[in-house]
Amino acid sequence: MQLKRVVVTGLGALTPIGNNIDEYWEALKNGKSGCAPITYFDSEKFKTKFACELKNYNPEDYFDRKEARKLDRFAQYALVSSDEAIKDSNMDLDKVDKFRVGVIWGAGIGGLETFQNEVLNFAAGDGTPRFNPFFIPKMIADIAPGNISIKHGFMGPNYTTVSACASSANAMIDALNYIRLGHCDIIVTGGSEAAVTIAGMGGFNAMHALSTRNESPETASRPFDATRDGFVLGEGAGALVLEEYEHAKARGAKIYAEVVGGGMSSDAYHMTAPHPDGIGVVKVMENCLRDAGLKPEDVDAINTHGTSTPLGDVAELKAITQIFGEHAPDININSTKSMTGHLLGAAGAIEAIASLLSMKYGIVPPTINHTTVDENIDPKLNLTLNKAQKREVNVAMSNTFGFGGHNACVLFKKIS
Amino acid sequence: MSDIASRVKAIIVDKLGVDENEVVAEASFTNDLGADSLDTVELIMEFEKEFDIQIPDDQAENIATVGQAINYIEEAK
Repeated sequence: MQLKRVVVTGLGALTPIGNNIDEYWEALKNGKSGCAPITYFDSEKFKTKFACELKNYNPEDYFDRKEARKLDRFAQYALVSSDEAIKDSNMDLDKVDKFRVGVIWGAGIGGLETFQNEVLNFAAGDGTPRFNPFFIPKMIADIAPGNISIKHGFMGPNYTTVSACASSANAMIDALNYIRLGHCDIIVTGGSEAAVTIAGMGGFNAMHALSTRNESPETASRPFDATRDGFVLGEGAGALVLEEYEHAKARGAKIYAEVVGGGMSSDAYHMTAPHPDGIGVVKVMENCLRDAGLKPEDVDAINTHGTSTPLGDVAELKAITQIFGEHAPDININSTKSMTGHLLGAAGAIEAIASLLSMKYGIVPPTINHTTVDENIDPKLNLTLNKAQKREVNVAMSNTFGFGGHNACVLFKKIS
Repeated sequence: MSDIASRVKAIIVDKLGVDENEVVAEASFTNDLGADSLDTVELIMEFEKEFDIQIPDDQAENIATVGQAINYIEEAK
């Protein structure tokens, strides 16, 4: 059977460095950090007192008060970013066949704050269970795409993928597959996360996963730097409208790029540590190239998972060297997490969007905060350090890896 | 308006996001004030908390309007 082609026709973003696509791109190309001291709660006793929170986000700008109260922040972010992407796609909601429009979303955790607050409330009482009736429907990870479909009437496939930090990459790959198999015309995909909460910060701190560079939050996320000491927790959402190519052409849609392939693999090794030989990471990029029918030398840019953790960054770059060989130094490698922090389940989406915008504008955003060379990293690699680089990007790869050993990779190619 | 009535109305305005003028005695939570089944459960729980009373489920089913809520709470207090 002939697989259909799938293209990206709409984008939306709500990130720590910009509350829409234009703001996000401005910040990306200018190397702006979204990291600052935590404002959501008193972090005095926490090992890490900073995060990449959204800036100037007021739910009242997007929802009426009653509506906002029924939505955990991760679901609010999903609605805000998907609204932007749907508008950007210029699809006529009265004309599309809504039974053939799906929503496949990624969330690593879901409504963590809702869960936390309901349990705190119970613990403060006398043991009588007085849980809010909206507790469960607000918290569950699948409520984000549920709400998107309710708002727009999309009646195709609808669910959330959960694979920690790879969640939204898995969502995009599922969306790609449903469309290319002919099951859907359009799928709104992406991911959202809102884990900058006492439970989120406390939990990741307990794992020693987070940077503790409290004296300089804006330089804390420093992928590939020798002095990196952990990731910076971020929050927000990214949304993409994926569409069958002929469907997009027929309605004269603007096309960002073609989604040419997706790769998936598992480390099968440890709950949180990356495999020391990076077998899963090598496999996921190989799988993705094979799925796309591309050769290593076709790839111009890679937005890495690059979280700024001591082990993960080196393992990923070693895998890139292994797969891309002599071509590796010609690739613009970067980690936009240096600016956005790590958005967990939304990371794959906002990073894929960064790749798509690189293709659109011919600029690769930098890996900021690099000061000290790590001798474990191949010096021949171009890590796009500290300053954006002009580069015609025809093929871009976006990597994401999640706790649990989940690896997912997506490839985009310009439509010629 | 009694103290109980004004507190009941304040809860309804807050939880359902409706205008105070709409919250009249005969207004039905679901038909007039836009509440769904979960909103109604939440309202009952808020009444219990605000007035420190217990409203059993079988009696909660009979509280469908603003006036019925006020009457129930006035009798229960």
